[in-house]
Amino acid sequence: MDHQALDTAYLSTPTIRRTDGSKPLVCIRHVSKQFANGTLAVRDVNLDLGTGEFISLLGPSGCGKSTLLRMVAGLGTPSTGTIDWPTTNHDASGKPQRDLGFVFQDPTLMPWASALANVMMPLVLKHVPRREAEARAVEMLALVGLKGFETSYPRELSGGMKMRVSIARALVMKPKILLMDEPFAALDEITRHRLNDDLLELWWREKFTAVFVTHSVFESVYLSKRIVVMAARPGRVMADLDVDAPYPRDDLFRTSSDYAHLCRVVSTKLKEAIGS
Amino acid sequence: MSSSPVDALQAHVPHDGTDAEARPVFATEARILGLPASVWPRILAPLVIGVLALGLWEFLVRWREIPPYILPGPLLVGQTLIADWATLSASLWITLRITFLALAAAIIVGVTLAVLFTQSKWLEMSLLPYAVILQVTPIVAIAPLIIIWAGDINLSLLICAWIVAFFPILSNTILGLNSADHNLVNLFQLYGATRWQTMRYLKLPAALPYFLAGLKISGGLALIGAVVAEFVAGTGGSASGLAYRILEAGYQLKIPRVFAALIMISLSGIAIFLATSWISHVLLRRWHESALKREN
Repeated sequence: MDHQALDTAYLSTPTIRRTDGSKPLVCIRHVSKQFANGTLAVRDVNLDLGTGEFISLLGPSGCGKSTLLRMVAGLGTPSTGTIDWPTTNHDASGKPQRDLGFVFQDPTLMPWASALANVMMPLVLKHVPRREAEARAVEMLALVGLKGFETSYPRELSGGMKMRVSIARALVMKPKILLMDEPFAALDEITRHRLNDDLLELWWREKFTAVFVTHSVFESVYLSKRIVVMAARPGRVMADLDVDAPYPRDDLFRTSSDYAHLCRVVSTKLKEAIGS
Repeated sequence: MSSSPVDALQAHVPHDGTDAEARPVFATEARILGLPASVWPRILAPLVIGVLALGLWEFLVRWREIPPYILPGPLLVGQTLIADWATLSASLWITLRITFLALAAAIIVGVTLAVLFTQSKWLEMSLLPYAVILQVTPIVAIAPLIIIWAGDINLSLLICAWIVAFFPILSNTILGLNSADHNLVNLFQLYGATRWQTMRYLKLPAALPYFLAGLKISGGLALIGAVVAEFVAGTGGSASGLAYRILEAGYQLKIPRVFAALIMISLSGIAIFLATSWISHVLLRRWHESALKREN
């Protein structure tokens, strides 16, 4: 596995991430996934997802990045290997009590429920008293910029707004880790930029670990502290890169030569991964 | 002008280029006498056709001097309806009571079975074929058996109408329960939702539009079942429904009365259809594609 800083100008040694005093949140060890039809979706992946990181899984379609993300969430189990949550409580049967939020590629909202009811859903399922659940959902909606749309139904919202509701729902339990599966792929560029900015701000403020699946080099560089480049057939990790540009990042960063340079470097890595 | 919650929302959005600007715009319509303007032609056009057809019918009957025991004119039918109202309305009530009891039983049994079937594949595999057999067997053919076995005539009518009515609700609800968004099912799984929570908060609401489509069909079928069963059962006396009145009037060549009873059955069927459509509209209007008109 190729593990390195992007170049000397943005040098950060891998050891900084590993020894910042805390155990990683998720340890992925020798994980492979073979589907029933024989397809090897993921082959021998080893990754640590550190606390507070913003990690992008970048790769072409079919590289198993979504499959990997879903396995971290507990949707589907690895064929071989382990995914451990060393800092998380485990229940009586030894299953980790994963403290996570998940955002799908589609907003995946319940069409019969208002924005507020959608965001409240995780709290309702955990038997949080209704009044408290409502207050927390209202607060969360305001945080994603949807104050005043509590009673709107998904049908009445734009694509970007529906995605915001979906993010609010994922964050309403204040999870330690937010898993996102190409959440903005279907949105137009202007909306995507705005949601990228708002997501970074939320991450900065709420201090969760973010794992973001994307096939866009530009999006991954703009958002991430760390980019894991994956290759397809079989899905595997090709490179693990640090993006050593400071936060907060904004439009200034997006138009900077540093950003362009980083994008070029990551693009090259991605091309290598695709060509391999 | 209407002022739905949708309009109120669209009014207060500032023009600031956010994604709130990109929200879909829904068609709003002027209202005439409380109904949307586009609904009126749907009411008036068939009404005009109906009046013209009745006029032609009355004209033909008078012009060709057709005797009333062959074809009564609509005016005579109307007069009969009023004159025989006491007998006919009592019978109508009996038929409607069987219809609604059968429909209620169809809803309870249909939805319960659908929920059980989606909980256990084995149960579905074992029992669904028998539900299909019940559905495809002509009710007229098994009604005599049911009458013998059930003993009580009202109970047998109820069973017949129920058999005809329950299948659309069962099969539509099964389809609905199985068509909840796969990612939402995953999400519920992620949050450790129990079976009951998944059923209550996800599967049942997802099945609602399908159930309502089934209800619309079953409403009419329950009435047909109630009438057909009575034709076969042939009850007598004062406690008999409209089907018996039609048979009785037919034997006595009181053809205007046959027509009056037929009209009552048709109007009941239309009323049941309108009622189920209205229930469906009220329950789905805020969220389902079928109930919202979008401006392109």
